[in-house]
Amino acid sequence: MAINALEQFEVRPIVPIHVGGIDISFSNSALYMVAAVVVSTVFLSAAMSKRALIPGRLQSLAEMLYEFVAGMLKENVGDAGRKYFPMIFSIFMFVLCGNVLGQTPYSFTYTSHIIVNGAMALGVIAMVTVVGFAKHGIGFLNTFLPSGAPPLTAVIIVPIEVFSYFARAFSLSVRLTANMLVGHIMLAVVASFIAALGVFGFIPFAGIVGLGVLELGIACLQAYIFTVLSCIYLHDALHLH
Amino acid sequence: MPQFDPTSFASQLFWLAVTFITLYVLMSKVALPRVGDILEERQKRISDDLDMAERLKSETEAAIAAYEKALAEARSAAQAEISRVMDANAAEAAARHKKLEEQLSAKITESEEHIHAAHREAMAEVGGIAAEVAAAIVERIAGVKADAEGLAPVVEAIAKERGI
Repeated sequence: MAINALEQFEVRPIVPIHVGGIDISFSNSALYMVAAVVVSTVFLSAAMSKRALIPGRLQSLAEMLYEFVAGMLKENVGDAGRKYFPMIFSIFMFVLCGNVLGQTPYSFTYTSHIIVNGAMALGVIAMVTVVGFAKHGIGFLNTFLPSGAPPLTAVIIVPIEVFSYFARAFSLSVRLTANMLVGHIMLAVVASFIAALGVFGFIPFAGIVGLGVLELGIACLQAYIFTVLSCIYLHDALHLH
Repeated sequence: MPQFDPTSFASQLFWLAVTFITLYVLMSKVALPRVGDILEERQKRISDDLDMAERLKSETEAAIAAYEKALAEARSAAQAEISRVMDANAAEAAARHKKLEEQLSAKITESEEHIHAAHREAMAEVGGIAAEVAAAIVERIAGVKADAEGLAPVVEAIAKERGI
């Protein structure tokens, strides 16, 4: 029996909902998004329920997570980025939960869908652009023309800069999607050998264990990369070069 | 590939928006302020404790300085007292020594006078005793009763001759 490695990415409606001819069914994808929200919220609330001055294990973990993202924001954006902390933290938690929850067998990884990641990346770029215009007004357009460049070169530089600005959304989403997609396909392919090899199935099984650990690392790393790049774009919007 | 199936796009985008906005609201209004408050409180507590430690340290240092000053003062006062008492003692001892010396020398002079007097007296009697001894010797040897009174000038003459 051949296992379809792409089957795991299928979006299956659980509760069909149609509004005005548009299909917004509650699918397995939506279920994992809700799970991400629930896990993030329940984890942080449970961890902070004691509000201990000397933290326990769970509270330490929550604080570490908080300080990790806060440190990332401070390092890449500076103090000006402090008010965007909830947004950056939400992005991090959403991507991290999507990646990590997706590592469990039979689960669905919404971060392996380009439409989801693309929407998030476009959301980040849109947010950053709004922040840039709010902070610098029309002067934000200088982003597309580096200071000191001769006016004549603007003909070439401005289209390039505009293109690279929007290419960020593309690279941000494609990087995350490709990483999650490839990892899951690889796991599924290797896993399909376990049954096929019979007694020698322990060899691909060992491979699965190793790959699983690697994938977990990648899941965390990609969440970090997505967030840190969002921070860098935010920095560029706040501080014009 | 299911990723490129447009029929799922609308529902995924819709639920992405719903869940992400929910997450943002929950994080920004509920979860993060809690963590932030605790961290801030802890930081405040730590800096308060550090401030207090600093204050106590400076208080301790002031107390040590005061103690050392008092100790130095007490030491110099004690030193002054000791030297005063020692001077007084030395003066008294010298006075007593002098007085004792005077008494002793007076006693020495007196004793010497006694000795001289006794010597003289003894010397005065020596002549008589020698005469009596001479008379006794004469009586033993010669069997003649000699008169001591009469012998005295002779004894004296002999003594003078021998230089006694």
